[in-house]
Amino acid sequence: MEILSKVYAKRFAAWAADKPEVLVLSADLTSSVEVDVFQKTYPGRFLSMGMTEQNMHSLAGGLAREGFLPFIHTFAVFIYRRAYDQICDSIAYPNLPVRMVGFLPGVLTPGGITHQAIEDVAVLRALPNLTILEVGDATEIEGVLAATESIRGPVYLRMLRGEVPRLFAAGEPFTFNRARQITRGDDVTLFSSGISTEEAMRATSVLQARGVSINHLHVSTLKPFSDPAVVEAAAQARHGVITLENHTIVGGLGTCVAEVMAEHGVGQKLVRIGLPDVFAHGASRPYLMREYGLDALALVRGVERLLGQDLKITEDDLSAVRLQEVHSASKAEAL
Amino acid sequence: MTASPITTWHTEAARVAAGIRLRVLEHVLANNGGYMSQACSSAELFAALYTRIMRLGPSIAPAVPLPFAGVPSATNPRAFTGAGYNGLKAPDLDRFIFSPAHYALVLYATLIETGRMAPEGLAQFNQDGSTVEMIGAEHSPGCEVTSGSLGQAISQAAGIALARKRRGETGRTWVMLTDGEFQEGQTWEAFEVLSAYKLDRVGVYVDVNGQQCDGRMADVLAIEPIADKLTAFGARVAVVDGHDLDALVAPTEMEPDGRPLVVLAYTDPCRGLEPLRARAPKLHYLRFASAAERIPYQQAFEAMAAGAKE
Repeated sequence: MEILSKVYAKRFAAWAADKPEVLVLSADLTSSVEVDVFQKTYPGRFLSMGMTEQNMHSLAGGLAREGFLPFIHTFAVFIYRRAYDQICDSIAYPNLPVRMVGFLPGVLTPGGITHQAIEDVAVLRALPNLTILEVGDATEIEGVLAATESIRGPVYLRMLRGEVPRLFAAGEPFTFNRARQITRGDDVTLFSSGISTEEAMRATSVLQARGVSINHLHVSTLKPFSDPAVVEAAAQARHGVITLENHTIVGGLGTCVAEVMAEHGVGQKLVRIGLPDVFAHGASRPYLMREYGLDALALVRGVERLLGQDLKITEDDLSAVRLQEVHSASKAEAL
Repeated sequence: MTASPITTWHTEAARVAAGIRLRVLEHVLANNGGYMSQACSSAELFAALYTRIMRLGPSIAPAVPLPFAGVPSATNPRAFTGAGYNGLKAPDLDRFIFSPAHYALVLYATLIETGRMAPEGLAQFNQDGSTVEMIGAEHSPGCEVTSGSLGQAISQAAGIALARKRRGETGRTWVMLTDGEFQEGQTWEAFEVLSAYKLDRVGVYVDVNGQQCDGRMADVLAIEPIADKLTAFGARVAVVDGHDLDALVAPTEMEPDGRPLVVLAYTDPCRGLEPLRARAPKLHYLRFASAAERIPYQQAFEAMAAGAKE
């Protein structure tokens, strides 16, 4: 599997090149949130706001009212926790085209409680007019900006930085409100988002080898949550549905899936895997994913609960997996 | 016209200020409540802004405000703002960003006194389905942003001013604030940015009436000296008597010098309405506790109305 570096930094600068209306607002974390390339290339369109996050969000609303397309860049946690009131009144209520790019979602940062955005989707999903997107790999980072172009209102993006794997074929870009089919199967339907999809892919290959077929969909649009393929996939599972997300199980992907299942009368068992309604703390990503049960092994255990059987899958089985780039299953079938 | 232009301006501004107090008092008497002290403190401030300070085009909005057209959303193209009452947006014209949304009644009265809104529009005040809301929002007459959560308008105005500066527009962006908003951290964040970006075409008028919901600011949370703090934040500060029309206007005649302008208008929250002093220090919202309490206000109204006819 290909690993790419600073995908967002390069793509954002390239995408914004012919868009003079795009202004970047940064809150003292410019290279940490990969807008340093843009800053160097287009210094006139880079607005350093210092650590004035509340002001920065309201100010972005003012710029948007005047026809600019402001992109706020900072750590995810400093967007929704620090400036929720401002996002609500100055951006979301007037339905202004402000882009809030939140880096280091969930346990991606060792910064502990103050730096970990573990309930951002839950909090922001409740805001009318807001669109919430989350990328899972390099291909999605490359495509998500184009996908936002048709969205007239505000967008919150759960973004990835640094070394990022390419899980999905470069020719199959981010598509708004369309879940990505990873594998097809009848036994269990699995929904994952963000970095959890890579983890899920480690588990699914081992599960398939043990004869458990998994219908795996990667979800990158968390609001709106109205892709009919999600309900359809949930309904088709023989043993139940499982969700895996880099977020608390309250109010995120698992809750989104539960809501649409209930609304459509899908009577399946649902196992939600994520932070189990607890805060995380400062430690490395793999350590936290193990501690809180967000990794491939936790997913296997969840599948076992749905199946009611011990599949005898070990950590060694999972760590032996070498991921291959995925072409969507639907396209493979068509071929 | 025989009077000199200056005399004409003074006369008109004084009439508007008196009209604001009278109209707000009339409304408070008719509805047994309202934001009265805010009209007493800021009548001259609004009158000076709308008759002399701001360069605004004539209203392009309906004289009688339209009903609420629904909240802004991707599926509601009918949503509108109340900015049209302040005229067309143009590069060389000024803009008005209104922050203390609970002063809405004072703003509506100002629009009426300056011929930007029909008097009968006020009958819709606080009525269901109306845009003439008690706590103004962006769809309310004279409003352009949603500012009821105090401290947000100054940042939104900074964004508007920054956008205008990038486009090379010469018009100024005026913001009306209250002293209580300087308790909010966001206000100071905004001044950091206004100063750093040299947004000197932003002018901020502050009604320093020393009052907030719980009582006197000095008792609730003392924040003076505001002028010193703002100066330290890089603002160009003028401290004026907020009931003196000349003093209110004078700072705006200075050439912008790179610093955001702040006019701290020190005001009397009971100005022109002596019975109100009996309620001190709780002046935020006037609701008559008894028929007897209403009497001196009715008498004051009749005296003011008679004075206005002279």
